[in-house]
Amino acid sequence: MSLIRPWDRALLCLKLLEIDPTLGGIVIASRSSPVRDRLLRHLPKSTRRIHGQMDDTALFGGMDVTSTLSKGAVVMTSGIAVNDDPLLLTMAERTPNERAVRLVSETDSILYVLDESTEDEDLLPPVFTEQLAFHIDLKDLSLSDARSMPAEVVPSDTISTDQAIELFAQTSATLGITSLRAPSFALKTARALARLDGRSEITQDDANTAAMLVFAHRTTRLPEFEPEPEEPEAPAEPKQNPQNEIVPEDMMIEAVKMLLPNDVLLFLNGTSRTGKGRGAGRVRKSNRRGRPKPSRKGNPDSQTRLDVIATLRSAAPMQGLRANAARRTAIQIRSSDLHVKQFEEKSDRLIIFVVDASGSSAVGRLAEAKGAVEYLLADAYARRDHVALVAFRGEAAELLLPPTRSLVQTKRRLASLPGGGGTPLASGIEQGLMQAISGQRKGMTPVICILTDGRANIARDGSPDRQAAAQDAKDMAKQIRGLGFDSIVIDTGNRPEPQLRTLSSIMDACYISLPRANASGISKAVSSAIAD
Amino acid sequence: MTQPFPFSAIVGQEEMKLAIILTAIDQSIGGVLVFGDRGTGKSTAVRALAALLPPITAVVGCPVNSPDKESMPDWVKLDSFDTAEKQTPVVDLPLGVSEDRVTGALDIEKALTKGEKAFEPGLLASANRGFLYIDEVNLLEDHIVDLLLDVAQSGENLVEREGLSIRHPARFVLVGSGNPEEGELRPQLLDRFGLSLDVGSPKDIDTRIEVIRRRDAYENDYNAFMKLWTAEDATIRDQIVTARKQLALLAVTDDVLRDVAELCLALGSDGLRGELTLLKAARAYAAWLCAKEITRDHVKTVAPMALRHRLRRDPLDDAGSTARVDRVLEDVLN
Repeated sequence: MSLIRPWDRALLCLKLLEIDPTLGGIVIASRSSPVRDRLLRHLPKSTRRIHGQMDDTALFGGMDVTSTLSKGAVVMTSGIAVNDDPLLLTMAERTPNERAVRLVSETDSILYVLDESTEDEDLLPPVFTEQLAFHIDLKDLSLSDARSMPAEVVPSDTISTDQAIELFAQTSATLGITSLRAPSFALKTARALARLDGRSEITQDDANTAAMLVFAHRTTRLPEFEPEPEEPEAPAEPKQNPQNEIVPEDMMIEAVKMLLPNDVLLFLNGTSRTGKGRGAGRVRKSNRRGRPKPSRKGNPDSQTRLDVIATLRSAAPMQGLRANAARRTAIQIRSSDLHVKQFEEKSDRLIIFVVDASGSSAVGRLAEAKGAVEYLLADAYARRDHVALVAFRGEAAELLLPPTRSLVQTKRRLASLPGGGGTPLASGIEQGLMQAISGQRKGMTPVICILTDGRANIARDGSPDRQAAAQDAKDMAKQIRGLGFDSIVIDTGNRPEPQLRTLSSIMDACYISLPRANASGISKAVSSAIAD
Repeated sequence: MTQPFPFSAIVGQEEMKLAIILTAIDQSIGGVLVFGDRGTGKSTAVRALAALLPPITAVVGCPVNSPDKESMPDWVKLDSFDTAEKQTPVVDLPLGVSEDRVTGALDIEKALTKGEKAFEPGLLASANRGFLYIDEVNLLEDHIVDLLLDVAQSGENLVEREGLSIRHPARFVLVGSGNPEEGELRPQLLDRFGLSLDVGSPKDIDTRIEVIRRRDAYENDYNAFMKLWTAEDATIRDQIVTARKQLALLAVTDDVLRDVAELCLALGSDGLRGELTLLKAARAYAAWLCAKEITRDHVKTVAPMALRHRLRRDPLDDAGSTARVDRVLEDVLN
């Protein structure tokens, strides 16, 4: 075992889920592809396809308004998610967080979650990763990989449940997996593996495979390994241990280590797993509050409210006809009469701070820039804005904090931001722009706030070329203008930099020269610049 | 139906368990907020709460669980006013819930089919005299939060919409859980919770092993497991009942009052709610321990959970508030 190829691993997961549905489900990370289609053919026949935006009545059941009205008696429908058919959730990365929570907690059926996001897009609602046992990445597979190659079966020793539990607890702790759901899932998986083989006892091999399937994608920290470059290919030989007493823990970790994705560092620095405040950054539905708009036709569900007056108004002219037809005296309302309320709501604002942490800035006024950002943050907190933090220095820009409302985190990241190196202004603007685009996709209104002294000297490709750097920055600025994002440029130089003024006029930004003043001055300037 | 995982079978997390027991003893403490990472047993503990609560007496069929005929709202039309014991309600408020569902609204079914104007009670009605549990409370939408704040403050739900004018009592204990990394809770709502906790995953291997072992037993050997732990839960419930009786007998000495006030003053907590909660929590804790009187030790034990979320703080201050409370505790009460 130890190294099961991704395709076989995927198939194995599907089989295990059918054996033990309490494992919850699997996240399949892949865009639409022949490989994925081939995998989906292996799903149970009864699988129902759903998507994250379906209305609540369809998913969780409720009153069937149309038949209720035509029959004059209450007709309830049962939702797709409440019977026990397995569910296939497409485009899961677009599912609103609260819907995801509800799906996971209210159904007992197996969830096959298709995560079609690309790397730079927003991540899947974290509840899927947490509460579903498995995760499979099909992104790098081609059709030729999608062939089953059964691993040879190596006889291995039986271990007791207690040993297995201990093993999983130990391994998950070593891999920095804090949640206790993981080891529980691993235990269930090991049992299911044994059952798949027609055995009643768990073997060491089952335990290893289970750990690999459940822990690999949850790992947040790699234990200190002795690097063993000479034998990464050789499957770890299950120890023939007649006494059954010592469970080799290293092996489990070995198995997991081999499975870790290449970009494990991305996971390890915590930005993708924990720092992502998906929280409130979802699309605002405009049918619950805000300024009232004329109501529209439609059926009320949990997301919308019935506009009784408009409904009655629509039904009123027909009463004579309908009363004759139905011989009933009550008001006759048809589902085509129903109107639901609509509201207009302002979407949440996302302020993206792009902070210049280059050497020139550091010696100059990085501290003041930090102060300015902090001050703006406090203001953002009061207005319930979301903030994101991008810093650029050295050769590239870095996303320090994805959009979040957690100010404590923002402050922490900002405080630990070191200064020094070149000024890759273009990369900084680019990163800010990307955040703005993804923020807009989530229904927020992004504002890009760039704090720099404007002396760009690193081009987008990371080369130290002052001319190219300036040109790249201009190109990026054009992009911002083209996409129509609001932006602010705060010049943190000791004296106003003409280049920066040009840049800000290219992106149609509000240009503020950071005065030799206190942070509150800047904040006021920015607030008034982005006030509605 | 499968019962939730029993309270007494939860391994570790002593502070969280104590806080939940204290609110069960004295509901006027005002609920618990549990913040922590995923998979630490937050939801498990709260869902287990229902089994710990002694039953209440309520009019059969009353949507707001009224204890007798007199306190029933006038819009409730019932034929008989028999009362019966029922479980203290623990109502789940799901994320993405609509305002109508929370406050109650025009009963669309009746309006459409019978042309009647009737009120369909919402979650606030069912939670009256019980607990309202919000998982992922920090992700709750702002307009629902506003609504909850208002009702929690007045203890009454007032519905004025669609030609309805309805009011009914809505006195409930808020219990919330959430993951702070996903967003912060508004200070106003924070203040509504009596006790607050930060829970983390157990770091020590033996505890982790025990957790998984029990979870496994719960899932695979349900009957035997429940038999074992339901008895334990019943013991805790009895202790809670005893402690409730004890509450009234506990006198508050001036010394304790002085301690409480000094503590809150030193911490600079806003308003007097901190003092009151701390006092009530200390009293509940003393009752839980069957103590004769409230002592300084009782106050000390419950002070962190009662005060940690009330510190006046700069939203940007990231020093742990638990550490601050501990430090002040050392200074003031020694």
